[in-house]
Amino acid sequence: MKFSEKWLREWINPPVDTRTLGEQLTFIGLEVDEIVSAAPEMKSVVVARIVNIHQHPDADRLRVCEVDAGGEELIQVVCGAPNARAGLTTALAQVGGRLPDGTKLKKAKLRGQVSMGMLCSAMELGLSEERDGIMELPEDAPVGVELVEYLELDDSIIEIELTPDRGDCLSIRGIARDLSARNDLPLQAHDIAEVPVAVEDQWSVTVDPQSACARFTGRMITGLTPGCSSPGWMVERLRRAGVRSISPAVDITNYVMQELGQPMHAFDADKLQGGIQVRLATPGERLVLLDGRDVALDEETTIIADDRGPIGIAGIMGGESTAVDENTTNIFFESALFLPEEIAGKPRRYASHTESAHRFERGVDPAGQREALEYATSLMCAIAGGKVGPVLDWQEADRMPARVSVLVRRSRLQRVLGISPEPEVVATIFTRLGISNETREEGWQVSAPSYRYDLAIEEDYIEEVARILGYDALPRTSPAHRPVLRPVPENVLSPLASKRLLVGRGYQEVITYSFVEATRQQQLRPDLTALPLANPISSELAVMRTTLVGGLIATLQRNVARQISSMSLFETGLRFLSNETGKPEAELDAYLAAEHGGDQQSDAGVRQQNVIAGLVAGRRHVENWNADDAEVDFYTIKSDIEALFAQANGVQVSYVPTDLAMLHPGQRAGIEIDGQRVGYVGALNPALQQALDLDVMPLVFEMSLHALAASRVPRAAPMSRFPQVRRDIALLVDESVSYQAIVDVIRKEAPAILQDVRLFDVYQGEKVAEGKKSMALGLILQEFSRTLEDKEVEQVVAGIVAALDVAHGAILRV
Amino acid sequence: MSLDLDSLINEAGHMVGDTASLDALENVRVELLGKKGRLTGVLKSIGSLPKEEKPAAGQAVNKAKQAVQALIDERRLILEDAALAEKLSADALDITLPGSGAPAGGLHPVTLTIERISALFGQLGFETAIGPEVEDDYHNFEALNIPAHHPARAMHDTFYFDVNRLLRTHTSSVQIRYMKSVEPPLRVIAPGRVYRCDSDMTHSPMFHQVEGLLVDRDIALTDLMGHLEQFLKLFFDQDDCEIRFRPSYFPFTEPSAEVDIRINKGPWIEVLGSGIVHPSVFRSVGIDTEAFTGYAFGIGVERMAMLRYGVTDLRQFFENDLRFLSQFH
Repeated sequence: MKFSEKWLREWINPPVDTRTLGEQLTFIGLEVDEIVSAAPEMKSVVVARIVNIHQHPDADRLRVCEVDAGGEELIQVVCGAPNARAGLTTALAQVGGRLPDGTKLKKAKLRGQVSMGMLCSAMELGLSEERDGIMELPEDAPVGVELVEYLELDDSIIEIELTPDRGDCLSIRGIARDLSARNDLPLQAHDIAEVPVAVEDQWSVTVDPQSACARFTGRMITGLTPGCSSPGWMVERLRRAGVRSISPAVDITNYVMQELGQPMHAFDADKLQGGIQVRLATPGERLVLLDGRDVALDEETTIIADDRGPIGIAGIMGGESTAVDENTTNIFFESALFLPEEIAGKPRRYASHTESAHRFERGVDPAGQREALEYATSLMCAIAGGKVGPVLDWQEADRMPARVSVLVRRSRLQRVLGISPEPEVVATIFTRLGISNETREEGWQVSAPSYRYDLAIEEDYIEEVARILGYDALPRTSPAHRPVLRPVPENVLSPLASKRLLVGRGYQEVITYSFVEATRQQQLRPDLTALPLANPISSELAVMRTTLVGGLIATLQRNVARQISSMSLFETGLRFLSNETGKPEAELDAYLAAEHGGDQQSDAGVRQQNVIAGLVAGRRHVENWNADDAEVDFYTIKSDIEALFAQANGVQVSYVPTDLAMLHPGQRAGIEIDGQRVGYVGALNPALQQALDLDVMPLVFEMSLHALAASRVPRAAPMSRFPQVRRDIALLVDESVSYQAIVDVIRKEAPAILQDVRLFDVYQGEKVAEGKKSMALGLILQEFSRTLEDKEVEQVVAGIVAALDVAHGAILRV
Repeated sequence: MSLDLDSLINEAGHMVGDTASLDALENVRVELLGKKGRLTGVLKSIGSLPKEEKPAAGQAVNKAKQAVQALIDERRLILEDAALAEKLSADALDITLPGSGAPAGGLHPVTLTIERISALFGQLGFETAIGPEVEDDYHNFEALNIPAHHPARAMHDTFYFDVNRLLRTHTSSVQIRYMKSVEPPLRVIAPGRVYRCDSDMTHSPMFHQVEGLLVDRDIALTDLMGHLEQFLKLFFDQDDCEIRFRPSYFPFTEPSAEVDIRINKGPWIEVLGSGIVHPSVFRSVGIDTEAFTGYAFGIGVERMAMLRYGVTDLRQFFENDLRFLSQFH
């Protein structure tokens, strides 16, 4: 809501400057967004009237005007505006003056004709965004008076951001009421004179009690002078409120709404066909709105109709067919109360968030209809004459918003606010706010004024006390606290520890949007069903992510485009798997199916799994004279995962074959803990390079964050006092035999004295036969209670070699 | 004889003094004192002396031997020092050459900010909770005293999936889930992602909030202001840091307050919304409104991070330009 400061000060004029007034508003909860000057600075711009006008002798588009600017002599000014005409009252920037854009006016010659200044458009004076000829001021505007003075441009436009509970402040009067309480200063009286009824003309109105209407007032005004225009002051005040002037009748309804908060509507009575009905729309009814849109009405919508059908959506927008125009001479003014709960939702449904709808949705003062009608009537008659008909006032008493009486307990006030103001102070605040109150032993029995829809429960009134006292006047306290110790589980690792570990290994954390472009994600994980947004902001951000890898790849690309090609990235967060059919969660994604511990469940048919994903690309080491320039590979990223799991105790991780298509078929692995698939790791499938338009091919992983947090409390085991023995063996096996297969055989074969197996070399090449590879293993043996004898060691090693031969045809290299 | 020995010692002095290395010194030692050394030879020759001369001659030779040995030992120390010095000098490196390089990793500034907020409230005994991001209407709106068509819904530009499912517009939804599972008194913060369908210079469709909730026997507005003021002062850790509370409106708190902060006389910037928990919210989670009161707040994480770290464009947080992110550790 924005408004003219001067207009407000007509209602209440606290002895403070504009800035302080703004602060007062902010501190009573009417937050000031902006205060701007009503007009930019200008000098020597005066009201002037064109007396004579004739064509410029040497320029087709220019004319030479003789202008009365209040001086003894007429002033000659050359003007190019098409609307310049004799008799027009307009604005003249005189020689020696200055326009808002800084232009200084000097005596000039235009094609040989002297011009002593410039006739100005509203745009040139910073009063309008539109260029539509020189200003047209009302005929009675006083010639020679500074425009700033005439239009009261030494004013500020205050824009406040109102919270939705304060519909009562959507008017000058409403804001003034709050300031009145804040300053303990009464409102300046605004007696709205009733215009005497001159004619008996009345329009028949019937109101359906099932409709949104609780009160309907209206009246006829006949015999208006057509073609009148709104007075300058009204147009200016509306402009400062951000409202465009249209015609006197429409301007008046807007003006009254801005000042009193009561939305109104003016019908051209000659366009009405039969009596007005306020009723619910019937199926199939349509209406062409004032803005030209043709909308279908539904049965929940209250409409204004005549015998031919709908002529307006109640409280929201009028129809085109009965709109007033420049020929209108008879009007019917409507000033009604539509109930907020009935209007709520309708503006959105009809995409008509009008000023009127905005107010009715938040609640309009049930006591204000008639007053607004009288005010509009007096303004109308002042502008266009006319004869006034009697007021029609229909109301349904039991549908009028009721204000219940509430007991505000002193003890509760003290408890909620933390202060105990003097009872008189509280009572005074209530009174100043128009809240009727009676002091009781426990507190105050209160009830809200008709316009305060937001005051219902005890706490609402308690807030009013704090609001008017000012939050900054309250002390700051610390509540009593009896801390208790909370458990510190040792078998759960914090996600932050994992993040910090990755950071230590050179990873940069990123945060990408949780919604992504559907097709690209589909290319990564075609097997998963993403949850689409009903109202996405763009197709780039249209479905919820099923994997965090997509966001990492996008981050890679964006940085590659900025000449950064080596990076390690990770992100943690939720991924979203649509589960409309209620499948067991483990079946939603076979490649990352870990239990949902730590997951976020809402009862919404979607699995929200907390995961961590990583991506590496480019050089393995920072470019450095002392390091090689090897590229990252599968084992680089695998070692990062190993490091993550190394933080945990007693967790057995295995890397198993997987057929996840987004990964390179020869460089991919599933990650398993206790038989549960907790994630995957591998090189991105080169087949995706083109589809994803990638310059750099990364390696990625994605894991359940919950699985990563699992650990066990350490149990210390005794250590042997006897020496370890190490035996190295080199095995020749088929290249298809995996290291894991060999280790499995060794562990199965070797008795308990085998402490560790260390793979220290893998070789394929000239020195071994084609299709074979050599693996060199260090076997670490130790007996707990004695020193091992050579003979035993030889036996164990021989046993292992024999078993490997049987299982995998391994040959001992010598 | 004694003259011979004197000259021999004298000569030995020259020989030892002339050695330039430990190896050369060893050769000299062998030449003088070795089995076939010259002093050993002199010692052997004593056997041919008359019996009465032998003791004196033996004594003299031994003395000479000791003297020579002393010369050698002295020289060895010098040569050893010199050898060490030479090795040290040969091993000297250009210590200004860079080490193998530190990998450049870092946490996202939003994470750093959330951790800082958590650390501060942790001192007051606040636990951390999280909640789902795909929410239902009940937890995001209804239970927070925002029924359908409530004008306050217009304050939340909500992303919907269908009639009932949406992306949470605030972390306040976690309040409801937490209060349904934990008995008061309670102190909890809930950091996380929230979503509004709004995107421009100053709005991102996704951002972060930290929700805070304290429920106890007697929690008042002045307590809320006391805690938040302490928190903000410590979070920003700036001498010139002004904080102001002004009345506002949230359906789930009454009274409500918005909090603005101003650092070094810059503009006032709104960083959080807060208030005393509305009785309707307590009723929807089954907390006795006469037995307990509480406060709640929601901190805008990106705003806090921008102010703390001097970030000027909100959108940078989610563009993930490594040149931007690498400034945070």
